[in-house]
Amino acid sequence: MTATHPTARRAAPESARRPSRWIAAGVLVALALAVLVVPAVVQLDQQLVDLRAANQAPSPAHLFGTDEVGRDVLLRVIYGLRVSLLIGLVAALVSITIGTVAGLAAGTLGGAADRVIMRVVDGFNSVPHLLFGIFIVALFSPSATAVIASVGLTHWTTAARIVRSEVLTLRGRPFVDAAISGGSSRLRIVRRHFLPHLIPHIALASVLMVPHAIWHETALSFLGLGLPPHLASLGNMINDGARSLLAGNWWASLFPGLFILLPTLAISVLVQYWRDRANPRWRSELQL
Amino acid sequence: MTRALARMAAWRLAFTVPLLLVVTLGMFALAKASPFDPVRQYLGDRAVVTSPEVMAQIRENWGLDRPVAEQYVTWLGNLVQGDLGDSRSMHRPVVEVIGERLGWTLLAVSCALVLMLAASLVVGALAAWRRDSWLDRLITGTAYANEAAPVFWIALIVIWLFAVQLQWLPPGGLTDPAATTLQAGDVLRHMILPVAVLAFSQSSWLLLYVRESLITTLREDFVLGARARGLRERTVIVRHALRSALLPFITLLGARIPELVTGAILVETVFSWPGVASASVQAALAADFPLLAALTLLATLAVVAGNLLADSAYVIADPRVRVLGVS
Repeated sequence: MTATHPTARRAAPESARRPSRWIAAGVLVALALAVLVVPAVVQLDQQLVDLRAANQAPSPAHLFGTDEVGRDVLLRVIYGLRVSLLIGLVAALVSITIGTVAGLAAGTLGGAADRVIMRVVDGFNSVPHLLFGIFIVALFSPSATAVIASVGLTHWTTAARIVRSEVLTLRGRPFVDAAISGGSSRLRIVRRHFLPHLIPHIALASVLMVPHAIWHETALSFLGLGLPPHLASLGNMINDGARSLLAGNWWASLFPGLFILLPTLAISVLVQYWRDRANPRWRSELQL
Repeated sequence: MTRALARMAAWRLAFTVPLLLVVTLGMFALAKASPFDPVRQYLGDRAVVTSPEVMAQIRENWGLDRPVAEQYVTWLGNLVQGDLGDSRSMHRPVVEVIGERLGWTLLAVSCALVLMLAASLVVGALAAWRRDSWLDRLITGTAYANEAAPVFWIALIVIWLFAVQLQWLPPGGLTDPAATTLQAGDVLRHMILPVAVLAFSQSSWLLLYVRESLITTLREDFVLGARARGLRERTVIVRHALRSALLPFITLLGARIPELVTGAILVETVFSWPGVASASVQAALAADFPLLAALTLLATLAVVAGNLLADSAYVIADPRVRVLGVS
């Protein structure tokens, strides 16, 4: 194979030649530090209302400006990112756990169980996720639990599909036959043979799920169906900012949105890089 | 071809009925598990001063005093007859609410789809043609950022820029607040921003897809052949490469209906567009189960129809699927 052969050129991923992954990693580290350190070090109250300082444009005193009741937008963005990140992580964990169990059950049991589980997956996928989430939150009170439940219950299907298809390929491998002839129980095969092989796939799906879960939390909160209004979450802040937008105050909604965009973009750049390097085959399978 | 199509459509429809039954059953189970009392929700503050007898009467009128299985069967029976119940927040029959709003959603969404297709094709082809140039980097960079940015945030930025700063276009609604009649020009002016934002937010994946698949196709022998015959570059790209690169995208388009619904919900809400998608948010905020259930069912039907459409388009477009029946 010569260097100019099309497949050879594809093998060197575009992302490997660019410095973007270092920038992405830097952004993630900086955001993580801000979220962890700032609330511990800064002695300012993010809920502090100062009506005299309301609706101020960005200035050296308030780098991101102030909102309609005079709260510092920068400080609230950091707190909001912390809340959104936490909910995103828990929601991703819930959906990946449900998905892994469902995918393992479908792939391992096969037959009727597999068919039933996959039909349920089809059913969940045929209702648009945000609408389903809205439905769940509307019938239960808007709260962190309802948001986590609505994201977790709608997004497990992706993980279930990935896990099932991996289990189906693993089932045919010689070491599984060997384990069965050695008298291993189904549960033992799942624990000792399937799960260790699945971990990279599950990990990648989890990493991709976090920004998606954050997106859902912010969308629900923005619609007034997410977290209670007093809690600084990125979605609530954009919603608050939208109210004073027509008066020309762009900063109160611009910055919170930027802090959704940055981590999402950084994670997708890193995942793309890792995926290209680790296994080109995954590219099509894991499109969320 | 028609036989393969008909067989696939029949197969899909056979799955649709149980699917819709499962979805409606799930909605009822969730409503049953809800801690909210719909009557209190409906009355709001008036619940405090309403006598228990009146509340019991409302409960009876809505059929809430009967067992949930019976409620479900009644609802299903009415649904088959075209009666979706009354919207509790809008105080009108659900069918009427949907009938009035569906047209506006379809208008906005179809305009957005056409705009998105045209723009993604042109811009994606441009990026592929000038691969690795600054133009390509700008286009792909914007597309990736757009994929990561929440659409409601983009909508707000656009409102700030075009409605507040430049004052070129209205920030939302269907007509001017003072307007008493529906003028086409007025509606058109109000449509530009929501349609553009919806189209932009949905365009990333298609644009990146067109770029990627065109880059792969541009390496193929028949493109080399076309160039060797001395054809103009534009002819090579548009007539030869793009045509063959586009085949799989029609199936992808049908499969993107869920994202389109999500985008419509957010865009309609931000721009106060009076369509069915923003009605779902209003229904949810008022815990209006009949309306919300009907809209969820409508969206599910749209997704199923999108999948069917995608598969039929593929059968029609690809002779291999048509002849060999593989998919």
